[in-house]
Amino acid sequence: MSGFLALLRRDLMLAVREGSALGTALGFYLVVVAMLPLGLGPDLKLLSRIAPGVLWIALLLAALLSLPRMFEADHEDGSLEVMATAPLPLELAVAAKALAHWISTGIPLALMAPILGLMLNLELALTPALVATMLAGTPAVSFLGSIGAALTLKARRGGLLLALLVLPLYVPTLIFGISTIGFASVGQDGFAASLLVLMAVSVASIAVAPVAAAAALRLQVS
Amino acid sequence: MQTLTQRLANPTRFMAFSGAILPWMAVASALLIAYAMYLVFFVAPPDYQQGETVKIMYIHVPSAWLALGGYAIIALSSFGLLVFRHPLADVSAKAAAPIGAAFTLAALITGALWGKPMWGTYWVWDARLTSVLMLFFLYLGLIALRSSLEDEALASKLTAVLALVGVSILPIIKFSVDWWNTLHQPSTGFTSSVDASMRAPLLISAAGFLLLFIALHLKAMQNEIMRRRVKAMRVAEVERGDRLMSAGAE
Amino acid sequence: MDLGPHAAFIWASYGAFVLILALLVGWIWLDGRRQARALADADRRGGRRRSSGAAEGSP
Repeated sequence: MSGFLALLRRDLMLAVREGSALGTALGFYLVVVAMLPLGLGPDLKLLSRIAPGVLWIALLLAALLSLPRMFEADHEDGSLEVMATAPLPLELAVAAKALAHWISTGIPLALMAPILGLMLNLELALTPALVATMLAGTPAVSFLGSIGAALTLKARRGGLLLALLVLPLYVPTLIFGISTIGFASVGQDGFAASLLVLMAVSVASIAVAPVAAAAALRLQVS
Repeated sequence: MQTLTQRLANPTRFMAFSGAILPWMAVASALLIAYAMYLVFFVAPPDYQQGETVKIMYIHVPSAWLALGGYAIIALSSFGLLVFRHPLADVSAKAAAPIGAAFTLAALITGALWGKPMWGTYWVWDARLTSVLMLFFLYLGLIALRSSLEDEALASKLTAVLALVGVSILPIIKFSVDWWNTLHQPSTGFTSSVDASMRAPLLISAAGFLLLFIALHLKAMQNEIMRRRVKAMRVAEVERGDRLMSAGAE
Repeated sequence: MDLGPHAAFIWASYGAFVLILALLVGWIWLDGRRQARALADADRRGGRRRSSGAAEGSP
């Protein structure tokens, strides 16, 4: 447990010190959301209808930008080998890194979403629901993303390939994320249930992704 | 089944076995496909709702079945590689990917061309089509991952991990899109039950294309085994040259 | 053969299907020929070396 926490703290400190990664992700998020009305026209009613979807998809894209970094630096300086042979199981090490990614990138993106929602004329009443779904769904984004990051560690053009590999994995998260907000906007009863399913998807990713990612990493570190 | 895969684990024996049955498979497949096409165009009746466009079903449905079957082969082969270290498991997985991807593309295209006259639209985001589209992306991901890694041994194992991750996510994708569709529209029934008079040509067509798939898979495996042999021989040749050169230098 | 008002779709889908399969079968068959030729070449080169009397042991 202490090993897990130590690794988590280390990754968070690294993320804080090298703030450019988060800055890039937030900046990209902002730019994509800002371009959308320019591309679609200023029809406010249309924008407010598509706002949840746009915010979710742009968040996924911004997260994809930051994922290749998850194992890259450690692989380059040899720390990954140490992690693979350390007493802490590699699965837990991967989980610590994915959790750090969520805290340092996922949560900020989720918290920025309602601000960007203003640009898309998102109904203000939906803000709590939006933030709730994103906080519930972004763990899945980080953990499923870790599978892609592990598989593409040594691949050429890894960043692009990562996006191709990971997008199908994101489909359930995206669908349940959007649907949950949909329930909130229509005022139907399904909101709580849908949010629980979204959280279940995240929990399942937390449980399963480290196993796959660690398996992939072990094959490349020896 | 276990002993068959064990017996065929030797590449040389596999080449002999597949070489022997390939011509028969090709002929049987061609005959079945020809017979199915005859039935489709000269015997099978038009659907009372869809008219003649139901004829597209006879190639669309087998394509979709083979798209899924191909991925199942890849998943099984990946399991065989990672768990049993079967010598030909990776060859099987690598060979099956382009074939499965081709049938998936065929399913998507024929499905879109069937959908337009039938239901008025080329595409609809129902569970079935969306899942097949995601399946196509999974195939592309497998092919792309393998080709982006120079180390072939590493590529084989990473692709196997990806294949198993993909096979786990596919049912979840289908379930989530299904659920999402029930929220937004009543089931459009982008499917139709198959009348008995149409079942025979459909099954014969499916059988013919299944044999074609297996024949292509075996042939592609043979190609891959030859390619690896050539590569190994070239490596050995270079090593021989190096040894001769270093021997001469002393 | 009268394929009804949507005949174009039927022909288009069968055409696309045949095209995809033709490309697939063609590629696999041509790749087979390429590999067989490379294998024969490599075999021949290996044989010539052995017959040239180079006295190294087998790898």
